[in-house]
Amino acid sequence: MKILSFIILVFSSPIFAIPTIQHWQTDNGAAVYFVPAPDLPMVNIEVVFDAGSARDGEKSGLATLTNALLSEGAGGKSADDIAEHFDNLGAEIGNSVDSDMATLTLRCLTESQLLKPALNMLALLLLKPDFDAKSFKRVQQQMLVKLQYQQQSPSAISKQAFYQAIYGTHPYAQLPEGNAESVAALKRQEVKDFYTRYYVANNAVITIVGALKRVDAEKIAQQLVKQLPSGTSAPDLPPVVALTQAKKIHIDHPSTQNHILIGQAGIARGDPDHFTLYVGNYILGGSGLVSQLAEEVRENRGLAYSIYSYFSPRRVSGPFIAGLETRNDQTNEAVHVVQDIMQKFIATQLSEDTLKKAKQGITGMFPLRIKSNKNIIGYLSVIGFYRLPLDYLQTFNDHVEAVTVEMIQDAFQRTLQLDKLVIVTVGGS
Amino acid sequence: MRYLYLSILSLLYCSSVISAEVSEFTLDNGLRLIVKEDHRAPVVVSQVWYKVGASYEKEGKTGLSHMLEHMMFKGTQKYSPGEFSRIMAENGARENAFTGSDYTAYFQTIEKSRLHLSFELEADRMRHLVLVEAEFLKERQVVTEERRRRTEDKPINQLYEHFIATAYQTSPYHHPIIGWMSDIQNYTLSDLQSWYQRWYAPNNAIVVVVGDVDASEVFALAKKHFGPLKPNILTLPVHRPEVTQLGIKHITVNLPAKVPYLIMGYKTPVLKQLSQENHYEAYALEVLAYILDGGDSARLSKNLIRGQQIASSLSTSYDPFSPFTELFTFSGIPTNTHTVVDLENALRAQIQNLQTTLVDIAELERVKTQLRASQIYELDSLFYQGMKIGMLETVGLDWHLFETYLDNIKAITPEQVQIVARKYLIDKNLTIGILKPGTQK
Repeated sequence: MKILSFIILVFSSPIFAIPTIQHWQTDNGAAVYFVPAPDLPMVNIEVVFDAGSARDGEKSGLATLTNALLSEGAGGKSADDIAEHFDNLGAEIGNSVDSDMATLTLRCLTESQLLKPALNMLALLLLKPDFDAKSFKRVQQQMLVKLQYQQQSPSAISKQAFYQAIYGTHPYAQLPEGNAESVAALKRQEVKDFYTRYYVANNAVITIVGALKRVDAEKIAQQLVKQLPSGTSAPDLPPVVALTQAKKIHIDHPSTQNHILIGQAGIARGDPDHFTLYVGNYILGGSGLVSQLAEEVRENRGLAYSIYSYFSPRRVSGPFIAGLETRNDQTNEAVHVVQDIMQKFIATQLSEDTLKKAKQGITGMFPLRIKSNKNIIGYLSVIGFYRLPLDYLQTFNDHVEAVTVEMIQDAFQRTLQLDKLVIVTVGGS
Repeated sequence: MRYLYLSILSLLYCSSVISAEVSEFTLDNGLRLIVKEDHRAPVVVSQVWYKVGASYEKEGKTGLSHMLEHMMFKGTQKYSPGEFSRIMAENGARENAFTGSDYTAYFQTIEKSRLHLSFELEADRMRHLVLVEAEFLKERQVVTEERRRRTEDKPINQLYEHFIATAYQTSPYHHPIIGWMSDIQNYTLSDLQSWYQRWYAPNNAIVVVVGDVDASEVFALAKKHFGPLKPNILTLPVHRPEVTQLGIKHITVNLPAKVPYLIMGYKTPVLKQLSQENHYEAYALEVLAYILDGGDSARLSKNLIRGQQIASSLSTSYDPFSPFTELFTFSGIPTNTHTVVDLENALRAQIQNLQTTLVDIAELERVKTQLRASQIYELDSLFYQGMKIGMLETVGLDWHLFETYLDNIKAITPEQVQIVARKYLIDKNLTIGILKPGTQK
């Protein structure tokens, strides 16, 4: 404890205003998270639904196609009308889907003659998407071309094989983009049904960062979803079943490098070990050129340009991934080096000095996490969607400081089973 | 994606809370310092830009600037290899570096009270780098892995490299920034040594700082750390101009890809090469790029992706602020029911339309509104604000250009867009590259 308080005293970053998150619910049940940012006359808005690819069921790619079609026709306005509407206002509309979240984003200036019509259109997209046959077919075809394109990328191929290997029959096994067969088989009615089930107020989180007063933010949130049915939130996802044995998968590809992914399922958002594993992984493979993996694989051996590891916490156990790319004939060496480092990392307690420097780096970087509206809304959506504590940012550095070398070793030993790792290599053999 | 070159906020459009105060200083040794204050968060971005890049390199030594960029992390008289990055990491900095055709830049984003660390370490490696054979040999392996990852194993990037080398025959842009693989494998330590000694000096550097700082304090800090460094006598390379193209050029790249890809590039002028009365041409070409590809409602998305459904993705690119002749490119992937030839014909029809029919006033208005909004949006990024200043200054353009950018765009008429479309988007200036998916081995 003495050492700990010393560290806090000397290395915690200077005091400054960390954004206070304001939180409320719309009348029909959507959760709203707001941070005022008065300096720039603009606003970022994200509407997030628990409608990611984990909700695809057997119809892989459905969540992505549904989300993509929202801006391709709504309330009788064509895709052309919608695009023109936003472009003429200088507003930027975006959409994205990962395993958990389906998101629609808007960035707009706060001048009311621009913001009002932009919000009206955004509300229309959320409430009355047309899912017309022509747009459906076109976007489906675009997804298929993208999937074809990915088959020329060893990186994309390795990712797909890796997720399938670590998640088996769990919904996380399929990536948001789906696969050629599943996407080709999607039906318009399935998109409509998916939208009706998941794009409801009780399944929505709205985040807002911008030069607005609270009262205006309230009005905006209300306006965006007021006509959406309340509905019910998405059901719990099944737990991830741990692997019973190690798996080695090689896929031949006409490339000069092997793309290597090593890992297994990790932790969920809000896991009590989150900060401990975050700090530990920072040392292992999460701190760029100075991580243990980078020092050995890149700096000492010159085996790879990019080498990293990370935990990606999700609604249920997200993956732990260590990755790199290396010349085909060095693949075995690289895999062994990474495994050795992970083995040592887990078997040997870190030195106090190593931990001290890592904490210094992480806490010292804190101001960078919230330096822009874009950064802040990123945190806001994660905090809102996963129901993390509202003081997540305020207590971030305290959680980091509380981590000890014993905690790191213990958490890594409990979380990662090194005898049951999945190792995917894609490239020339 | 087009890279957006947008201007720094002009006061006309901002509310009173925003100030875009920019201060400039020059030290006695020639180092230029440009500071833009942005007090939204206690963070500062520090970028050191050197006027050297791939376009400065000689045959047989391509990629040397990029290789040197990697070696800049390998120790000085004072600090051991990798210590730069360790010190930065322990102080919570995000740091990296990048090399372009016309610049090499190093940057740190760091909590504001630690800016002195960035200056101290950057000043140290500006003049006191120690190049060691063993470190060089390892790092060269890293760079070859980088090239495999970026180019060799990405069919579209391979096509792009071959396309560029075909379009630019004698121009310094002929060579890839990362260098040809055989050149990377043939550098010697003394190549790096002389490249470093030639270009890394305060009078060849521009330091750009954006963030929660006081400009005069930054100036004092710069004087303290960079002030004592000795300048170099700089001998600039004579840049060989691009020979006049005499007709259309075609190149086909056969690779085990899964989807075909088309890129068309027209040689176009840039601001720096144009006489004063023709400056509008660069802005008209910029407007033309936005008419075609500035958002989902722009012509290429509307007509070719949604309307005729010939392309599944498309983009254009043009940089009016490049120092040399620039390619105005169109590139994309056809839909499964169309070929690259269909796509080429469709793009040519779009170009022809611009040559024969004046663009709509409404389209021009849309572009102006988008650019005005973008100018505000980009103030959300400290890094990008610095990038814009550094990229202009390293090619010998004044960063103030951004202040007049929007006005210059606004002044463009439908007739001027037509003039540049007729003058430059013609076969004589055209190179076409096609990626043809081959059978897998």
